[in-house]
Amino acid sequence: MAKMNMIAALNSALAHQLEKDPNVVIFGEDVGYFGGVFRVTAGLQEQYGPHRVFDSPLAEGGIAAIAMGMGLNGLRPVAEIQFADYIFPAYDQIVNEIAKLRHRSGGEFSTPVTFRTPAGGGIKGGHHHSQSPEAQFTHTPGLKVVYCSNPRNAKGLLTSAIECNDPVIFFEPKRCYRGPFYGDPHHVPTWNDHPEGEVPEEYYAIPLEEANIVREGNACTVIAWGAMVHVSEQAIKNSGVDCELIDLQTLVPWDRDTVVNSVKKTGRCVIVHEAPKTSGFGAEMSASIQERCFYHLEAPIERVTGWDTPFPHTTEWDYLPSPSRIAEAIHRTQEE
Amino acid sequence: MTERSTVTTSPYTIGVAPFRPGDEPTFGGKFVEQPGDLNRPNPATCTTEETAPHARGLIRVLTDDGEAKGEWDPKLDPATLIQGLEYMMRLRIFDDRMIKMQRTGKLSFYMRSFGEEAVAIAQTMALEEQDWIFPSYRQPGAQFVRGRDMVSMICHCIGNTEDNVRGRQMPVHYTWKEGRFISISSPVGTQFSQAVGVAMASAYKGDDEVCISWLGDGTSAQGDYHYALNFASTFKPPVILNVVNNQWAISTHVSLATGGRTFAERGLAYDIPSFRVDGNDFLALYSVTKWARERSTAGLGPTHIEVYTYRAGAHSSSDDPSAYRPGNEFETWPGGDPVQRLREHLVKIGEWDEKKDKALADKIDTEVMAAYKEACEFGDLASGPYPPASTIFTEVYETVPWHVQEQREELGK
Ligand SMILES: Cc1ncc(C[n+]2csc(CCOP(=O)(O)OP(=O)(O)O)c2C)c(N)n1
Ligand SMILES: [Mg+2]
Repeated sequence: MAKMNMIAALNSALAHQLEKDPNVVIFGEDVGYFGGVFRVTAGLQEQYGPHRVFDSPLAEGGIAAIAMGMGLNGLRPVAEIQFADYIFPAYDQIVNEIAKLRHRSGGEFSTPVTFRTPAGGGIKGGHHHSQSPEAQFTHTPGLKVVYCSNPRNAKGLLTSAIECNDPVIFFEPKRCYRGPFYGDPHHVPTWNDHPEGEVPEEYYAIPLEEANIVREGNACTVIAWGAMVHVSEQAIKNSGVDCELIDLQTLVPWDRDTVVNSVKKTGRCVIVHEAPKTSGFGAEMSASIQERCFYHLEAPIERVTGWDTPFPHTTEWDYLPSPSRIAEAIHRTQEE
Repeated sequence: MTERSTVTTSPYTIGVAPFRPGDEPTFGGKFVEQPGDLNRPNPATCTTEETAPHARGLIRVLTDDGEAKGEWDPKLDPATLIQGLEYMMRLRIFDDRMIKMQRTGKLSFYMRSFGEEAVAIAQTMALEEQDWIFPSYRQPGAQFVRGRDMVSMICHCIGNTEDNVRGRQMPVHYTWKEGRFISISSPVGTQFSQAVGVAMASAYKGDDEVCISWLGDGTSAQGDYHYALNFASTFKPPVILNVVNNQWAISTHVSLATGGRTFAERGLAYDIPSFRVDGNDFLALYSVTKWARERSTAGLGPTHIEVYTYRAGAHSSSDDPSAYRPGNEFETWPGGDPVQRLREHLVKIGEWDEKKDKALADKIDTEVMAAYKEACEFGDLASGPYPPASTIFTEVYETVPWHVQEQREELGK
């Protein structure tokens, strides 16, 4: 075990993969010599050479396309998209090409690419360094979608994502790279004092499809992913309600059994995400939960989300779901 | 021109930067290309082929001794030259002030134009008032030329209640319709092909307007760069397309970003007249841009320009270049410092001296400080007040739809 922040944990997962599988190659904008603008790939080029860890030209569409080509011809590419907001130039390659290759070729071809990308708000990044576009990918059959939330699951989930033979979009909550975020921008803790900042140095994997029950409880099920896991944890504390907190971890395919069992137990459910509400992944979950838990529900399912607007710069704390908004939703579920 | 250095070991070619931290940078002293080497073709009759030497060479006007030479000398009067110097000095002083403010938390982020001041300023000065500016984040200087009030610029950067984009965008993402300065967007390169559309609309309406746009060496890898060239080549609207080759895209040196020849030469294949110009030479930049405007006015459409320069500062306030390039690389850049070079020229022609320079710098400094103080009266990022939270919900659509209205009420602000 070692103390690691999320950056070090991701770096460790990448190093194990480079070590283990000679077909793993890593590339993206500024990831080679410099080690990435968030330093996730720091030191890897030096250790594994410029053909395995390299800087690409500044073109996400190109990055995605060459990843697809490499992947279908035997390599296992791990590409970084510098910010999730900049994945859209690659959207056609990902959605129309990479996601559909296995199916369109009758299973003759497939491409095991992983796209790592920092997502989410909380860094005063304005419209284009803050978005959380998971739903744009959960709506695309053929892709697996993962959203880590802490150093330990970051490493374990990235390992599984890279080893997965399907294409995976792997979101990293950039606000949590160096510490958990509890919804108070002035409180900047590190991972040092957090149990999930204890990370095994050796290789390990956390299976995709498994949610993590962060906290057990009986009165209400709160479901979140990414930075919102920690904000929800704070909200639960503030609310004084005995909530069960589920960190979804993998969004496609999601761990429906864990969620459904929890909601059947609590009879109440709050879903939290930073992305806009309309067609957010919370909508999908809410629909599925009511399909399975209708007769167990004691209150309407609540969604606490980003607004249906672009992500703002100066007023971002009024945009992101806050502990108080989440706590209010929890309380609403408790009303008779 | 610096040759691309590569590691060509198998299995494939990987570029390398010429110098990394710890190396002694040298670009071979001075440029080999000299003012007067290249002719100035007639913009109304020139074929793309005639510009091939210009796309491979380097258009310069200022000699290493500060004299103006050759057919490209725009022969500007001293007042215009002094005006250009004033704008460039203003931009540099303004940038330095903003960086200081950024460090104290008054703004979240900043990007300087350090070492590239001539680009937006000389090029905008060569245009007409009605021409459209479609910039990247490295061309805020155009606003000085068009007379934007510094208070208003600072209010945007510090995201206060007077920010004309209501605190929605990161600093340096200026919008200024009155100055025909189109809103800056973070996703790099998108403006380049949009500029072609702006120019097509001008042509359609029969207005005497051109649209100028810029993107970086790194960004020229994006599809939008190539769309712009192909659409411009196809429809020939009045557009001026500039690749600002400042050698770096954050930590990625241009040697890692393309295996091609000069950026300017790409335009030749699209049958667009293409020039490579010393981007730290105010006069050369002015002159080439004037040529491009004349070309458009003659009804012959687009011009493609590679602005050859060097990013003297960090990429942004979030970047520390000491991790990937030698600290003194800029000092060895053959193009020198654009502000200093115009200054030296003015001294050479007897229009400038140290006293005048000092007086001007002091005057600008005082004005920038005053503007900064005035702007801070409307709030700043460190302590507010900010635009009201209700601005999150407005102007998403022309009118606020019910679902957005409900969310606004839910926030209760
Ligand atoms: C589509 C997109 N991808 C990535 C980024 C992140 N980014 C911002 S600036 C930049 C480098 C741009 O370099 P260059 O085009 O050379 O312009 P310069 O900064 O040198 O002026 C990168 C990678 C972005 N803003 N947009
Ligand atoms: Mg550049």
